[in-house]
Amino acid sequence: MKNRGNSAEMARPKRWQDVPMGGIAFGASAEAVETGQWRSMRPVWNGEKCISCLLCWNQCPDRSVLTDGNGKVTGIDTFYCKGCGICAHLCPKQAIEMRPESEFTGSGTGERGK
Amino acid sequence: MAIRIKDYTQKESPLTNGHRMCPGCGAPTAVHQGLMGIESPVVVVNATGCLEVSTTVYPFSSWRVPWIHTAFENAGAGVSGVEAAYVALKKRGKIDRDIKFVAFGGDGGTYDIGLQSLSGALERGHDFTYICYNNGGYMNTGAQRSSATPRGANATTSPAGSVLPGKLQKPKDLTAIAAAHHVPYVAQTTLFNATDVAEKVKRAVETPGPAFVNILVPCVLFWGIDPSLQQDICRLAADTRFWPVYEVVDGAWKLTYKPKKRVPIEEFLKPQGRFRHLFRDENSRALLAQIQADVDADWQRILELSGETWDA
Amino acid sequence: MSRREITSGNWAFAEAMRQINPDVVAAYPITPSTDIPMKFAEFAANGRVDTNFVTVESEHSAITACVTAAAAGARVMTASSANGVALMHEIFPIAGCFRTPIVFGLVNRSIGAPINIHCDHSDSMAERDAGWIHLYCEDAQEAYDTAILAVRLAEHKDVLTPVFVCQDGFITSHGFEPVNLLDDETVKAFVGERDADFPLLDVDRPVTYGSFVMSEYYFEIKRQQVEAMKNVLRVYDGIAKEYEAVSGRFYPKLDRYRTEDADIVVVIMSSASGVVKDVVDELRDQGIKAGCLRVRMFRPFPAEEAASALGNAKAVAVLDRALSIGGTAPLAAEIKSALYDAGKTIPVQSCVYGLGGRDFFPQYARELFTDLAAGKISREERYLGLLE
Repeated sequence: MKNRGNSAEMARPKRWQDVPMGGIAFGASAEAVETGQWRSMRPVWNGEKCISCLLCWNQCPDRSVLTDGNGKVTGIDTFYCKGCGICAHLCPKQAIEMRPESEFTGSGTGERGK
Repeated sequence: MAIRIKDYTQKESPLTNGHRMCPGCGAPTAVHQGLMGIESPVVVVNATGCLEVSTTVYPFSSWRVPWIHTAFENAGAGVSGVEAAYVALKKRGKIDRDIKFVAFGGDGGTYDIGLQSLSGALERGHDFTYICYNNGGYMNTGAQRSSATPRGANATTSPAGSVLPGKLQKPKDLTAIAAAHHVPYVAQTTLFNATDVAEKVKRAVETPGPAFVNILVPCVLFWGIDPSLQQDICRLAADTRFWPVYEVVDGAWKLTYKPKKRVPIEEFLKPQGRFRHLFRDENSRALLAQIQADVDADWQRILELSGETWDA
Repeated sequence: MSRREITSGNWAFAEAMRQINPDVVAAYPITPSTDIPMKFAEFAANGRVDTNFVTVESEHSAITACVTAAAAGARVMTASSANGVALMHEIFPIAGCFRTPIVFGLVNRSIGAPINIHCDHSDSMAERDAGWIHLYCEDAQEAYDTAILAVRLAEHKDVLTPVFVCQDGFITSHGFEPVNLLDDETVKAFVGERDADFPLLDVDRPVTYGSFVMSEYYFEIKRQQVEAMKNVLRVYDGIAKEYEAVSGRFYPKLDRYRTEDADIVVVIMSSASGVVKDVVDELRDQGIKAGCLRVRMFRPFPAEEAASALGNAKAVAVLDRALSIGGTAPLAAEIKSALYDAGKTIPVQSCVYGLGGRDFFPQYARELFTDLAAGKISREERYLGLLE
């Protein structure tokens, strides 16, 4: 599992003296930001129908389609997915279905790869 | 030059997730796809705009690569400065890496307020690629009209009212203006298929010297479309010839996508809320005819420049 | 080997740039600083520098390219004046915030309208709150020396703040006078090499410059710039002394000319101070205790030192070459504020002179000192050399 951001380096400073100089931020630190909370519809991926054509991976504005790193789709990263539905719309095999977030319990963000 | 998407799934995008662009926005997709095929390390310069604001909400940054933003009208000068520093430090032996430079600006920051800065950078010949992510308006500040806003579009500073039918003027042809700088690579594309953006940007970046790529991307919110229709609306832009897909390599124009059939411009306009008023009454017929005439004339000019004919 | 040449303020500054041989110079021509990029272009064309000289299409792009090049890790210099400086206004605070140690030859010229090409300080004074260090030079020698010294000041780790090296347009920039120049090796050794902390070109440790910072941290980042300016007051003299060791010339923050026991003092900046100093000498010969305090460092403003330098003066006149229309002229405001904080109630006459290149004659200084001695001091701003 990939590290959720560079948050150790960019912890929220408590005093002006501790803020990094020049207003700089450190690269990739936004990986700690959960944008999945925005979602009202959740893409539900069906591994049996998926042919890993990667159309969804390639068009996702949030790169929230997970792969094994070798071109095979393994699920949706609901920590980031904002629920736009591009993936479901593009899927040639109807392997992704958009479902209301209210059907899912918990914080509304779900687990990785589910 | 062909891009195989599978080859890139193991590579992390220079733009991380956790950014705050709207669901379905075309700009981050253009960044992911555009930078996907670049092998060298890349440094990004960003004009003020949606992409800049939404990817760098302090203290978090969505950029995995070095990134700098100074202001709205100066991404061309900004990338010139970084590239100039790179050339100088490399010559003096302080850097040994090969680094590429990419600037991103929206249409407001590129067609309008940043045009002079871009023109200067293209003329001076720095080795960089400027990508205009063009959504046809000042969307970051609430959809004011820009010189890229299409004729007939409802924008907040050219609203469709009882007397005026939205923006009256035809957009300027920025891609042709960039080509008139006689730089080695200029292209225009959109997110209409899986690989065109990646291929064109890769070529732009790998071409020594200045390059310009104008990518039409939808703004879900202010185009008034369903967020899932990102690729569909871009395909309609290409198929109606509203947004011809072409490149200009060392001055030679080449259409790189020829729609198979003649699709009326209404097909592109109708799904979008910003053109809804054009379909409400008879008075807009003339404007619709004018928009189609614009498209036909522009297409004819590009066919001629490309030495092509088109039977459809 | 140092050498002595008859040269102008602009050429002296350009000569310093040649010896510093920065990584990047991005510049756009404007009178009266045009000679600086022109001379530097000549150096580049003849291989006397190997700087990447970028001839941009506007001042806005010049300063933008300087900021991004400096953020990238390069040592950067440029020059401009007047409306060019005004066009750069948007980018100056960004340079300050990003802590890019740019050294900038600012050749002072009035800001239109009415359009005018001659000297006053309205261009740089409009940038007094931009977060840059301001150093004002009296003559070409000082402009040359300050250019070199400013590199070390700007790049000092506790400072990392850009510097305006100001000289008076035409009066200094185009006036030819003898200038002692250091040899190239001495300058090279004095300035050393830039060692940037967070260079943008470090692709292995990517940083983001120019984030969108809302109310949570904007204040803190600006506060750091205040601290850097305070540090300037602390480290400046050390750098100036190091420079004295290689050049024999020491430039204090405040040039105190016969102020120690002075009863009446004129406070002034830049080239016109020479006239005031001559008149001070005349008056001293007559037994009148006159003095001249030349403010060289305006940002950060050395307020405590200024108040202390005015000692036990009975009356002070502050001469500004810029207006703050509807308010107190910039230098006068600083001096009054400094005296107040020091608990001193010395009467201060605020005077404005030399706008749009209006000459400043010794007679004006004589009359002013006479009035100060006679206690003729008004709360009204006084205009020297105005047709009235």
